Amino acid sequence: MGSIKETLTTPIFKDNPIALQILGICSALAVTSSMQVTLVMCVALTTVVAFSNLGVSLIRKHIPGSIRIIVQMIIIASLVIVVDQVLKAYAYAISKQLSVFVGLIITNCIVMGRAEAFAMKNPPLPSFIDGVGNGLGYSVVLIAVAFFRELFGTGKLLGIDILPVVTEGGWYVPNGLLLLPPSAFFLIGGFIWVLRSFDKKQVEEPDFRIAKHTVAKEGV
Amino acid sequence: MEELLSLFVRSIFIENMALAFFLGMCTFLAISKKIDAALGLGIAVVVVLTITVPVNNLIYKYLLADGALAWAGHPELDLSFLGLLSYIGVIAAIVQIMEMFLDKFVPALYNALGVFLPLITVNCAILGASLFMVERDYDFTESVVFGAGSGVGWALAIVALAGIREKLKYSDVPDGLQGLGITFIIVGLMSLGFMSFGGIDL
Repeated sequence: MGSIKETLTTPIFKDNPIALQILGICSALAVTSSMQVTLVMCVALTTVVAFSNLGVSLIRKHIPGSIRIIVQMIIIASLVIVVDQVLKAYAYAISKQLSVFVGLIITNCIVMGRAEAFAMKNPPLPSFIDGVGNGLGYSVVLIAVAFFRELFGTGKLLGIDILPVVTEGGWYVPNGLLLLPPSAFFLIGGFIWVLRSFDKKQVEEPDFRIAKHTVAKEGV
Repeated sequence: MEELLSLFVRSIFIENMALAFFLGMCTFLAISKKIDAALGLGIAVVVVLTITVPVNNLIYKYLLADGALAWAGHPELDLSFLGLLSYIGVIAAIVQIMEMFLDKFVPALYNALGVFLPLITVNCAILGASLFMVERDYDFTESVVFGAGSGVGWALAIVALAGIREKLKYSDVPDGLQGLGITFIIVGLMSLGFMSFGGIDL
């Protein structure tokens, strides 16, 4: 059981898909301006990763190597269509807000990457758990970013007033920049910085080192 | 004509795929260390987008949209839910065909683009452009212009980022930001810069 727990928790912090593996960043940035939309996106993505991993793993021994990408793609695309239809049926407003990004789960590198790297080599149960873990790792980053963007951008969280804004007689002046695309980049950059300050192992080795200043001994 | 030009400029600068919609971010961040590689990938994206968006437009219009199958005697069919599956299939197929075609007839270009072509299938900018095309209801000509424009915009952004990252080796980046972190911040600043095109309307 120990290994299953590890499979689940490693991707959340130690091997985070967004911060470390550089996977699935597109949607991470685009949907995070509102908390509600983000939560829906996280659930959608976690479902797709978990079940695509399960599906790929179940038939992994029957997939010919040369066409495996297409087979994986079809499994993933079918799952995404199901998710898309469910959202359209039960949460139409949110599905409109997510617009093309539900569809883009297909090309989300997390899904494809996990299917290729993990599910092709492991039995169904661990693959499913790995999918859930990676989905959660993705969700942690997204929720953190969405929290800051919505709270400081509009003063609200999930539509509930937290910081009363000036226009409605409160004291908080909302920071409009946070609702615009660039802020998402800054926030994820900062998030990576924080994560790597705690876990030094994740720090990347620079390609070039700046040499120390040389001191002219004669001059001193 | 004027409308098309305006659409072209808008898709390059204002609605830049990478910097305003965050599409194709994974490759955008991974392949932007060297200008040469970035340029090769950029050109490949322009070519693939210019072909796939119009093709998907035809497929949507004549096979998938509500009532599109009227010509085959089935005006009551609405296959638009199959959209996602068909678009990604079309993209994968076109990339594969292009790869074989270039290998056979234009080996020089194949050698230059070869390694990037498979990467493009999973580039969300390509699928994203097709989905935007459907959502915004572009006709055939518009989809050609939109495909080319968004490709050029994406290529422009990745080449610019690669240029900045090559210069970055002269700067002393804090340990935790090294590599990925600082790249995010740079892209954020670039996106801020691109936002200043927002007011342009031809």
